[in-house]
Amino acid sequence: MKSKLSAESNYDVLELSGEIDLHYSPQLREMILGSLKNGNSLLINMAEVSYIDSSGIASLVEGFQTAKTANLSYGLLTISSPALEVLTLTRLDRVFTLYDTIEQFQSQL
Amino acid sequence: MENTSAISISNLDVDYGSRRILSNINFDIREGEIMVIMGDSGSGKSTLLRTMLGLKKPSAGHIKMLGTDICHASQKELYKLREKMGVAFQGGALFTSMSVTENIQLRLREHTKLDENTIQIMTRIKLDMVNLLPYENLMPSELSGGMKKRAALARAIIMDPKLLFFDEPSAGLDPITSAELDNLIVMLKETMRMTIVVVTHELESVFAIADRIAILGDGELIQVGTPEEIKSSTDERVINLLNRTPRENIVDGDVHLQRLTRDNQ
Ligand SMILES: Nc1ncnc2c1ncn2[C@@H]1O[C@H](COP(=O)(O)OP(=O)(O)OP(=O)(O)O)[C@@H](O)[C@H]1O
Ligand SMILES: [Mg+2]
Repeated sequence: MKSKLSAESNYDVLELSGEIDLHYSPQLREMILGSLKNGNSLLINMAEVSYIDSSGIASLVEGFQTAKTANLSYGLLTISSPALEVLTLTRLDRVFTLYDTIEQFQSQL
Repeated sequence: MENTSAISISNLDVDYGSRRILSNINFDIREGEIMVIMGDSGSGKSTLLRTMLGLKKPSAGHIKMLGTDICHASQKELYKLREKMGVAFQGGALFTSMSVTENIQLRLREHTKLDENTIQIMTRIKLDMVNLLPYENLMPSELSGGMKKRAALARAIIMDPKLLFFDEPSAGLDPITSAELDNLIVMLKETMRMTIVVVTHELESVFAIADRIAILGDGELIQVGTPEEIKSSTDERVINLLNRTPRENIVDGDVHLQRLTRDNQ
């Protein structure tokens, strides 16, 4: 997994790529929770995610729940088809808010 | 990557005492495929699985799993390999003193240092996949046969294994539960990219899930092939195995008469 966290004026963007498995999900979890703890809304770009296992999915779920409690926006952007398949299998495509463009995310902030 | 071998079995002999159970078995299981192992009761299907899992030592031959020769691997290599494998056995023994949830989480707790929240969510994801979420706090003794099988599957996939072994997943299940389990197995292959080895007797399941089928008989590997190849096999033992239809499927009176009266060989 590779990741890059960058700050926009009123939200953070986390770009993920590669394979997210048991070895990387703790790191993913820390980045997501860290951003939210700072009071920032979070947009996670998943265009380049080639594989995500259930520990990675669990980190995304925990982040979403945390954001909800803190009243922050939390979205997944341009999700790759391998990642979308896993979300569909786990019925989480109905839980997360999926965005096709950054503008869509910005417009609901 | 479609055609690389996940498992490679060569010149394998397996004995129980002085009885040869499997003799000179050779075949490969490709990455990302569902291989179904079929054969009569007692033909050695479970023995082959146990040998692949390193639970039974072969008398001769080699088994390579994800590149590791399990007959000559160090303890450390075997340990690493086992982390990538999930197993749901015939009979599906859950630990009776632990709840469904505790059974499913056991390997995560023993093999990883994941955060407690992550473990809880992962467990619930797997429970939901096998439709057991409402029963997470039940003890195994409170589950039906089908629920036990589904719990055993959830436990087998908790670590998102690369290799999944499943002995008789649908035996004794009603057709709907059995079809749901078949669907789930196919989804695990397609979505989670697992390589899956399934032992089953149920022909309907076989043709619903198999990419390829390996048929055991008389201690040998009779044939390996795609469902189409197996269906059009000219080997009498394969034909006999496929024609052992459930009673209600026998519609042709002449065929049935012949089955009842033909000479025993
Ligand atoms: N622990 C054991 N000790 C001695 N012989 C065994 C043992 N386990 C299996 N066998 C023998 O090995 C042969 C193959 O058994 P195995 O359990 O592999 O068959 P199977 O194909 O899985 O049958 P089933 O469809 O009934 O599960 C049988 O003849 C059996 O008697
Ligand atoms: Mg068996």
